[in-house]
Amino acid sequence: MVELNVNGKAHRLDVEAEMPLLWVLREIVGLTGTKYGCGVAQCGACSVHIDGEVMRSCSIPASFAAGKRVVTIEGLSPDGSHPLQIAWAHYDVPQCGYCQSGQIMAAAALLRKKPKPTDADIDEAMTNICRCGTYQRIRAAIHTAAGTGKAGGSVIHIVDASAASTPAAVADERSNASA
Amino acid sequence: MDKTLADDNVDLSRRRFIVSSAAAGGGLALGVHVPFGIGSAAAADAAGTEVNLWVAVKPDDSCVIRIARAEMGQGTRTGLAQLVAEELECDWSKVTTESVTAARNYASKRAWGNMSTAGSRGIRDSQDYVRRAGAAARMMLLQAAADEWKVPIADLSVANGVITHRASGRSTSYGKVAAAAAKLTAPDPKSITLKSPKEWKVAGKPVKRLDTADKLNGKKVYAIDLQLPGMLHAAIKACPVFGGKLASFDESKIKGRRGVRGAVRVNDSTVAVVADTWWRAKSALDALPIVWDEGADANVSSASIAAHLKSGLTSDDAFADSDYGDALKAIAGAAKKTEAVYSVPFVSHSTMEPMNCTVRLSTDKAELWLPTQNAEASMAALSSSSGLPLEQCEVHHLDLGGGFGRRIGNLDVVRQGVAVAKQFPGVPVKLVWSREEDLTHDFYRPIAQCRMQAGVDDRGNLLGLFLRVSGQSINAFANPAAIKDGKDVRQLQGLWKQPGDAQIGYTVPNMRIEYAMRNTHLPVGPWRGVNTNQNAIFLECFMDEAAKLAGKDPLEFRRALMGKHPKHLGVLNATAERAGWGKPLPRGVYRGIAQFMGYASYTAAVAEVSVSSKGEVKVHRMVLGTDCGHFVNPATIAAQVEGSVAYGFDSLLTEISVQKGRVVEQNFDTYHIARLKHLPKVETVIAPTHDFWGGVGEPTICVAVPAVLNAIFAATGKPVRTLPLKHSGLTLI
Repeated sequence: MVELNVNGKAHRLDVEAEMPLLWVLREIVGLTGTKYGCGVAQCGACSVHIDGEVMRSCSIPASFAAGKRVVTIEGLSPDGSHPLQIAWAHYDVPQCGYCQSGQIMAAAALLRKKPKPTDADIDEAMTNICRCGTYQRIRAAIHTAAGTGKAGGSVIHIVDASAASTPAAVADERSNASA
Repeated sequence: MDKTLADDNVDLSRRRFIVSSAAAGGGLALGVHVPFGIGSAAAADAAGTEVNLWVAVKPDDSCVIRIARAEMGQGTRTGLAQLVAEELECDWSKVTTESVTAARNYASKRAWGNMSTAGSRGIRDSQDYVRRAGAAARMMLLQAAADEWKVPIADLSVANGVITHRASGRSTSYGKVAAAAAKLTAPDPKSITLKSPKEWKVAGKPVKRLDTADKLNGKKVYAIDLQLPGMLHAAIKACPVFGGKLASFDESKIKGRRGVRGAVRVNDSTVAVVADTWWRAKSALDALPIVWDEGADANVSSASIAAHLKSGLTSDDAFADSDYGDALKAIAGAAKKTEAVYSVPFVSHSTMEPMNCTVRLSTDKAELWLPTQNAEASMAALSSSSGLPLEQCEVHHLDLGGGFGRRIGNLDVVRQGVAVAKQFPGVPVKLVWSREEDLTHDFYRPIAQCRMQAGVDDRGNLLGLFLRVSGQSINAFANPAAIKDGKDVRQLQGLWKQPGDAQIGYTVPNMRIEYAMRNTHLPVGPWRGVNTNQNAIFLECFMDEAAKLAGKDPLEFRRALMGKHPKHLGVLNATAERAGWGKPLPRGVYRGIAQFMGYASYTAAVAEVSVSSKGEVKVHRMVLGTDCGHFVNPATIAAQVEGSVAYGFDSLLTEISVQKGRVVEQNFDTYHIARLKHLPKVETVIAPTHDFWGGVGEPTICVAVPAVLNAIFAATGKPVRTLPLKHSGLTLI
């Protein structure tokens, strides 16, 4: 038996003491917002807070979390109103979204320690893998949620190039001859 | 090893699931064969009234737009909805989307067209018929109002789903007339005049994605999150040496473990353990004694593969795609000449959501839940492997936790999942690959080498260019029928002479571009950007070497060769200008530039890089440009451009290497994917020419790496010819 407090709710669970917290959360408690990505504490998709510290739940046995306060993405805020969730929505950070629970949990732990993080702080703390490459927007969303006043996000230049090209010239004439 | 998309293309045509290419590809591309048929009359339920197959309207005026392509993060769901909504003239704030299932598409004779989502085709191959569908629905809704008011339709106007009769000032809304509209005959799609993109109000704008909210609170359900009553879980292991077999396993050693239901011989190379939770299944699998028959390739190594590829650099079995003038003779007689050999490694897809599927089989029904880029191909694999006809198959494709070309059909995983589920009739079985299984059993980006020669005259003009690619062929592994006369042109993607999709952007008086096929026992497949990735590194880095030989600025050297390629040149110029090419940089920072074409879009990149005395490479800023013709959502394009830099950086940072016939890198502790700190500030230049439809998801990835490598070359004076960077004594920080 392992007794867990997850998002403020007590659970008494008949699981092996060595079952990783990730799988207890996902398959026993039924909270699937915390993701499996690597199983070796490298990618951070499984990040949760244990007594306020961000930890990679794939590599934490359930017994370690017993008696401690576990917070998952589902419990970060009651209604998606955490400043990071709001900033994440503002920048449309997620692409596929799979890693974002872990990213947000890592960022939340960073802000608790360093309410006004620098870029270097963000570089150091945000080691979670995002395969879609949302890193630039993650950085911007953290700055915005923290109110650091640092600009960021996407920079988009739209340059009308239609005057500069003539469709007929697209085909190399030699290509047409030899095709 | 399960092979090939081609296998299931065969299955598909045998089952007449894919209609002939003339009817499907050609017709859909023209957008004139997609019926906008009237929906079922009984559709006025909670799902709304189906006005046509693509649009349903609810009483509260909200519109449900159906999406047939897969959403894997690339933003196609939102982009397609923008295109439909633009013509529909509905209220964008009341738009929701719904996925069309493969079974529904099959039952409707593919009324929703091709569901495959690969090759950066989600928007460009759908745009015509989805816009026509939106317009047809608008015309029917307006007609219904005109009929009700007994006025000519021409006297009505519509905006944000509100229809107004201009003369009387009467108004109604889509929700009120939808039921009547659904009973009308759909207009002939050929008669519909689409808006000019210049008139767009929703399309072409950086609207927010429609699918963000649930990705921020843990509510979004990916296939790997699926929970069904009585579900069992399977962990799986295939022979670590590709082509090897499963000899035996000793199930007695895991008998009695908590939750374990048994071990299953999945196929001749694969074993699975099934349990009540995945962790128990995986733990038991790790404890299961397995004997492999490793087969003929158990001695293959990265070194032997490199030697095999090297033989292709000078062999006489190559063919030429481009062959203008006499490249070798021109180079031999040139005032100055240079030669180089480049090599790029295998790299892995590593989708963040590990490979998975859930299968439930009964005597008369096969059900499949999975992340897939092609639900139709997945359904064909479900049918062929379960033995049940397509009519008894149902595929629930959930939004993917990453695709990148790894999940085109997901055939290997589906066949495994069906094989396991057959042992547990009526019970849903979720098969999840460990990350180790994923990294060691991917369809890798092909490994390749390239030998190049260039000759310039005494004024620095490029007289001759020779390029020989030697490397593995995707088609040879996955689709041999696509190789015509032994010439696999696909491996020269981006260097093609033909215009339109992936054409080389330079005119050189004497130029020869060759490919020699050198296959290995590793499976290979499309990897976001596919072969443009390797070929852009080869060509664009060597262009900088040639520019140096010529004593020219890399941008000026390129421009002189691009007069007959104005679109390539246009985006190169726009990108260079925004990047400030030629303007002063902080001390120690150097620029590199690259341009290339893929997926019908023209791209360019400029990187600003510094290299420390210890070989630490820092990329400070990158500007990437694309001319994708028309554009639907600039914010999404920027996201794809930003993401393509991160994905492209794989081959700077890491590689898939081989020892004893198996992949060495088992997890992210040795396969070093880009983290946040590695990424520069990325700026996106959209330089549209508004006269074609190009792709977005893949095209910019190929220019990211050569721009960085050329900046390193500028910084150090030494070209980086072998990737990842560690082979050149460099580290990305």
